Amino acid sequence: MNTETLMGDEAIALGAVHAGLSAAFAYPGTPSTEIMETLQAMAEKGATTADGAKFVAQWCANEKTAYESALGASYAGRRALVSMKHVGLNVAADPFVNSALIRIHGGLVVVVADDPGMHSSQDEQDSRALAAFARMPCFEPADQQEAYDMTLEAFEFSERHEVPVLIRITTRLAHSRAIVKTAAKGRAQNPVDKAPQDMSWILMPAVARKRWKILLGKQAEFRDYAEERSPLAPASKKLGVVTTGLALQYYRENLEDYVAANGEAPSHLHIGHYPIPAAKLRELCAKVEKVLVIEDGYPVVEEALRGVLPTPIPVLGKMTGELPLDGELNPDLVRAALGLPEREGVPAPSLPPPGRPPQLCVGCPHADSFAALKEALLEYPTHAVNSDIGCYTLGALAPYNAIESCVDMGASIGMARGAAEAGLRPTVAIIGDSTFYHSGMTNLVDAVSHATNTTVYILDNQTTGMTGAQPTIAPSSRLKNLVIGLGVESAHVRVLDAHKRSHEASVQAIKEELAYAGPSVIIGVRVCIEAYKKERAK
Amino acid sequence: MKYDIVLCGVGGQGGISVSVVIARAAMAAGLDVKQSEVHGMSQRGGEVLAHLRMSDKEVASPIIPRASADLILAFEPLEALRYVPWLRKGGAIVTATAPLKNMANYPDPDAVVAELRKIPGAALVDADALAKEAGNARAANVALVGAAAKHLPLEASALEAAIKELFARKGDAVVEANLRAFEHGRRANP
Ligand SMILES: Cc1ncc(C[n+]2csc(CCOP(=O)(O)OP(=O)(O)O)c2C)c(N)n1
Ligand code: SF4
Repeated sequence: MNTETLMGDEAIALGAVHAGLSAAFAYPGTPSTEIMETLQAMAEKGATTADGAKFVAQWCANEKTAYESALGASYAGRRALVSMKHVGLNVAADPFVNSALIRIHGGLVVVVADDPGMHSSQDEQDSRALAAFARMPCFEPADQQEAYDMTLEAFEFSERHEVPVLIRITTRLAHSRAIVKTAAKGRAQNPVDKAPQDMSWILMPAVARKRWKILLGKQAEFRDYAEERSPLAPASKKLGVVTTGLALQYYRENLEDYVAANGEAPSHLHIGHYPIPAAKLRELCAKVEKVLVIEDGYPVVEEALRGVLPTPIPVLGKMTGELPLDGELNPDLVRAALGLPEREGVPAPSLPPPGRPPQLCVGCPHADSFAALKEALLEYPTHAVNSDIGCYTLGALAPYNAIESCVDMGASIGMARGAAEAGLRPTVAIIGDSTFYHSGMTNLVDAVSHATNTTVYILDNQTTGMTGAQPTIAPSSRLKNLVIGLGVESAHVRVLDAHKRSHEASVQAIKEELAYAGPSVIIGVRVCIEAYKKERAK
Repeated sequence: MKYDIVLCGVGGQGGISVSVVIARAAMAAGLDVKQSEVHGMSQRGGEVLAHLRMSDKEVASPIIPRASADLILAFEPLEALRYVPWLRKGGAIVTATAPLKNMANYPDPDAVVAELRKIPGAALVDADALAKEAGNARAANVALVGAAAKHLPLEASALEAAIKELFARKGDAVVEANLRAFEHGRRANP
């Protein structure tokens, strides 16, 4: 047994290695990025599984390709991990949902980091709902120790029940540190052993119908397992509390004060395993006069509990306003929901501090690209600049005010193309290099095949800057040929120096491509300041 | 015993890294520790925040409840002001005085400092000057830890050991400068 201080992400990475991991695949996304970064740092230092074997830890083009690689590793009989942020699971939704139907061979664990409060995301979707949608078991750790333990448990469960397991964490768990006890000796890797050739990996309709029945049939065992693993502590008859995952800690934080104020503790059920343990919930509710559900994210358990018909006892939580429907949970919100008075602190300052929004780094190449684009667009009073997700999304704010939309990764090109086809001209798609590889390329193929009059502006800073400068999947030197290979005419693929010193030339080139009536691509090249610093620190 | 610290500053100040110094010293003293950071986007210049909790019992929430922090350790005065609602009655503030004005609507720095002075238990420290005196301008964050040392339920020697450990791979000169900055900080707020 060792003790270490670990972030939730690190605990999962270590858990996977101790579980006999053979291969891990991921695309960066806050707050999940550090899982792969930890695995890569371990691999670089020569870490192995218990049998002395090395493991693979690779960045991929996007979450879907990462997921499919992990599936292949499972097919080869080996333990595989795929990690992503919550919106990444939308990108990987097709393999994700279908992988629940196949007969998983080597353990497959899918780690998804949700971001309630949207610390750095465009929505706060709850991956527990997607696990239920796919009829997949889901584990939700309550702290870093459980993040470690549940990773080992998830691999075992996955192999025993021949199904992928989703581990749902949140930003707070991913990015906070606590002391974790880890196994001194891990498990060896599985040998390469191809999945049995019994049609269980061939989801053609006749097989899929059988596999779907099998998956539905397994729900009872998944649920039994969740029932067994959900501790119920009966106490007060007045109030029952249900907590899930990390919400347990916010409840525990307030428990002493609750007992002091009420003379007894609530009856308490904690859930860390799904499908929802319905029998345990019924057992709790039979013992109490009302029940409060505390969960971070969507009211998943609360909604299930409430249903459509009136409940025999009041169900309190996010849907009744005891807790907010949006935002991140915290101990103060839980305190209020438990009916405890606010703590009294020092008087609030009379000067309310204004917010301090993040900014592009001083000297960021994007700033120079925006300056050139804005000048080139001056002669077009009507135009569209559809953007994407990355550091350059800050171009929406002053002093740049250069972009007009940001929806999901890859959307810039599709939107600029669609707007152009609908008659809006000129349209420009602003997209980072990492995002272009992630999901821009297919949109560009659409533009080429329909000869759409649009201009794609790839901001090639040679890194994935937004998430802390991870390498992109292809080197900058290959980007131009890649674009030409997708069918854009080479005369309309322009490579620019994304620097003030080349401002005039850039403006001229952009003007020319805006005037061209077909698909054109501008590539603004200059390395990200952060990536440069990171490279130099090595 | 429990001790909760809000560490706050501006992205790129390197302030949060010193929470490791305090966390390691606390663990060496046998305390349970939880530390939570908000570090989303890599762009510089936004607010950064860490919560550090230590206790001789198990720590539950990684987030410090409002009105219960024992100490606000701030690397910038406006950021100190921002987290006052987290301070418990009788809690301490140790903050650097130099404003970082990377925003258009930064309030009058004197007004910010005056607001902070109204709070009993606030110590305003010129951390940059202390760091320069110690021979390393980048050691301002460690100087602040020194200025907060008298409040912490930890031995100065334990903090020094953690400083040595944190900077060991940067060489002896950096370690020495940081130890000096720590000492200057202690003397500035005895
Ligand atoms: C589906 C999905 N996966 C991951 C993310 C997290 N994320 C946001 S932007 C981005 C990529 C940024 O890289 P790039 O497009 O090269 O722009 P840069 O930040 O370098 O300017 C990532 C990975 C996301 N928002 N959505
Ligand atoms: S991290 Fe890189 S891309 Fe992002 S703002 Fe800084 S320099 Fe620009």
